[in-house]
Amino acid sequence: MLASLRPRGAGWLVLPAAVLLLLFFAVPISWLLAASVSYPQLGLQNFAALYEKTIYLRVLGNTVVISGVTTFWCAIIGYPLAFTMANGSPRVRRALVFIILIPFWTSLLVRTFAWMVLLQKQGLINDLLMSAGLIDSPVALIYNRLGVYIGMVQVLLPFMIFPLYSVMVRIDKSYSQAAATLGAPPIRNFFRIYLPLSLPGVLSGASLVFISALGYYITPALLGGPADMMIAQMIEKQISQFGNWGLAGALAVVLLVGTGVSLAIVHRVLGVRAGWRRA
Amino acid sequence: MHGISMDKESTTIATLELRDVRKLYGATAAVDGVNLTLKRGEFLTFLGPSGSGKTTTLAMVAGLQTPTSGRIILDGQPLDPLPPYRRNIGMVFQHYALFPHMTVAKNIAFPLEMRKIDGEERKRRVAEALRLVGLPDFGDRFPNQLSGGQQQRVALARAMVFQPPLLLMDEPLGALDKKLREQMQLEILRLHRDLGMSILYVTHDQEEALVMSDRIAVFNDGRIQQIGSAEELYERPISRFVAGFLGESNMIRGKVVALDSGDCVLESRHGRLRAFNTAKLKTGDQAVVAVRPERLTITDPSIERENLVKGRVVEVIYLGQSRKYVLKTEDNAEMTVLQQAQDAEKHSINPGDEICLEWRGRESNALAAEG
Repeated sequence: MLASLRPRGAGWLVLPAAVLLLLFFAVPISWLLAASVSYPQLGLQNFAALYEKTIYLRVLGNTVVISGVTTFWCAIIGYPLAFTMANGSPRVRRALVFIILIPFWTSLLVRTFAWMVLLQKQGLINDLLMSAGLIDSPVALIYNRLGVYIGMVQVLLPFMIFPLYSVMVRIDKSYSQAAATLGAPPIRNFFRIYLPLSLPGVLSGASLVFISALGYYITPALLGGPADMMIAQMIEKQISQFGNWGLAGALAVVLLVGTGVSLAIVHRVLGVRAGWRRA
Repeated sequence: MHGISMDKESTTIATLELRDVRKLYGATAAVDGVNLTLKRGEFLTFLGPSGSGKTTTLAMVAGLQTPTSGRIILDGQPLDPLPPYRRNIGMVFQHYALFPHMTVAKNIAFPLEMRKIDGEERKRRVAEALRLVGLPDFGDRFPNQLSGGQQQRVALARAMVFQPPLLLMDEPLGALDKKLREQMQLEILRLHRDLGMSILYVTHDQEEALVMSDRIAVFNDGRIQQIGSAEELYERPISRFVAGFLGESNMIRGKVVALDSGDCVLESRHGRLRAFNTAKLKTGDQAVVAVRPERLTITDPSIERENLVKGRVVEVIYLGQSRKYVLKTEDNAEMTVLQQAQDAEKHSINPGDEICLEWRGRESNALAAEG
C-alpha cells in the first residue's frame, strides 16, 4: 500500500539537500581535514604539534571536562524537571514545557550576553548577594569555569529534558504500583524500578548534551576566562589569528574523532540496555 | 517472614472486611458504600461492567487508592494507615506489570529481596514458584521473550512467592484468548486449592466468575448489587440488573395482585403470571418477571393457565449443543428460548411460526420494575 506512494527513483527528491550538503559542508570539511596532513607540507607534523605542546592537550582536556561536567549538571537538574513533567498534571506539564522552551526563542548570543549582565562584578546577582549581606565583596561568577558551566548548563538543559521526558511518559505507572504491592518502599521502588526504566532517556539526553558541548564556542568564549578555552575556540584562533589551517585541521580531526567515539560508546551502551526493550 | 514454606499448613490465610467503603472523585462516587466480608480461604469475585467500581475497590484494598471514607480490615487489623508496601497483599495486574528490565527469576525474587530473604532460601523459593506455575526453566528469560500466558504465570508466581495471606487479581486473564483463558482459569483454581490463600478476583466476564468463584459480588454504580454463590445469583437474582448482567433473562412486565406462600401472582398482558417473590414485593407493586431462556418450554396453547406467553418466532439460531429461538410477543417485546438439541429436534420450528411458551412459577423471579 505505502510502497505505491513511494515510486522507485524518487531519490531525486533529496537532490537539493544533497548538493547543498556536498558543496557547503562536505567539501570544506574535507578540505580542512585534508589540511591537517597537507599544510604547510605533507606529513603528521600538525598532530605531532598537538601532542607536544601542552597548551593543546590542556584545551582538549578542558573540552572533555567542561562537556562532562555540563552533562552531569544537566542530568542532575533535568531529571527532576522531566519527572515532574511526565508525572504532573497536564497543567504543570504545559507550564514547564513553556518555561523550558522560551529560551529556545532567544538567540544564543543574546542569552549569553544576558548571563554577562547577571553574573558580572556589578551584576544583578552580586548586587543582590551583597545587599542581602551574604557577601562583603563581589564573587567572581564570570570569566572563569563557573561562568562557563552556568551558561552551558542553561543552554543545553532542554536537550537533556526532552529525551528524558519522552522516555518517562512511556513508563507505565503499574510498574511502580506493582513494586509497591510487592513490598518496595518509595525510595527503593524508585531506584530499582523507575530509574532503570528511565535510564535510556538519561543516556540519550546525556549524549546529546555531551556531544553538543564538545563543539561549543560562543558560551565559553564570552563567559569563560583564558584558562577555560575549548577546542572550538582554539580552532578559531588558529585560523583567524595565525592563519594556521593545518593545525586547525588537526584540531578539527580530533574533535570529529572524539565526537564519533563518544557517539559510538553511547550507542553501544544504549544498544545493550535496549536489549530488554526489544519485542 | 521467617522462612515460611509453600505448604498449605503454614501459610496464613486472611479474612478481609470492608465497612461502608467510599471513594469520591470530585462529586461523583466511584465506590459508593461497599460492605463485604471475605471468609478465610475464600475465592470471591467482583463482577460488573467497566466503571462499576470493582477495580477501584480492589485498588483500595491494595493501598493504591485511598478511600474517602469507610474502613478496610485485614485479619482484624485496620489497613488504612498502612502504605501498600507494608500491607503484604499480593496483586496481579491486568497487564501483568512484569518489570521489563529484570529476568523472570529477578522479577519473582523481587518481593523476597524486599523482605531480605537472601541466598539459598531465595533461590529455593523462586524455583518453587516457577515450578508451581509450570515454568521451571524460564528463570533467565526476560518478560518480553514470553507469550501472554507465560507472562501471566510469572505475574502469578511473583504475587504468590512471598505467601501473602490475601491475593488480589485485577482482570488477570483479560488480555488472553479464550482457549488460554479457560486453561488459566483452571490453573488459578488449582493454585488456590493447593495454597489455600484468600483471593479477591475482578472480572467483567460472567462466565469466568461462574466457573471460578466461591461467591460473586455483582457491582454496579459503585455498589454491590448482590453477593452470593454462583447458583444463588443465577437462580435468584434480586434485581433486574443482576438478572440481566449474569446470564440472560427474559423480562415480562406486570403488577403484583396477590402474594401466595412465597410467590407473587401478577397481572400482565399475557394474563396471570406466577413467580418466586425474590425481591420481597408487596401487593400493588410494579414488577417484572425474570425467566431464563432455558427454563422456557414450548407448549400447547389450548388450555388457559398461568405463565403462558404466545409469540411469533423471528429468528432461529443454531448453537451446536442447543438452539436459540427469538420471539416477538403480542406486545412486540422480544423473548429468547433455549432448547437442548435433543428437545429441539423433536419438533421443527421455523421463523414465522406462532408458538406458546410456558414455565414453572418457582423457576422465575418477581423483581422490582425499576433498578
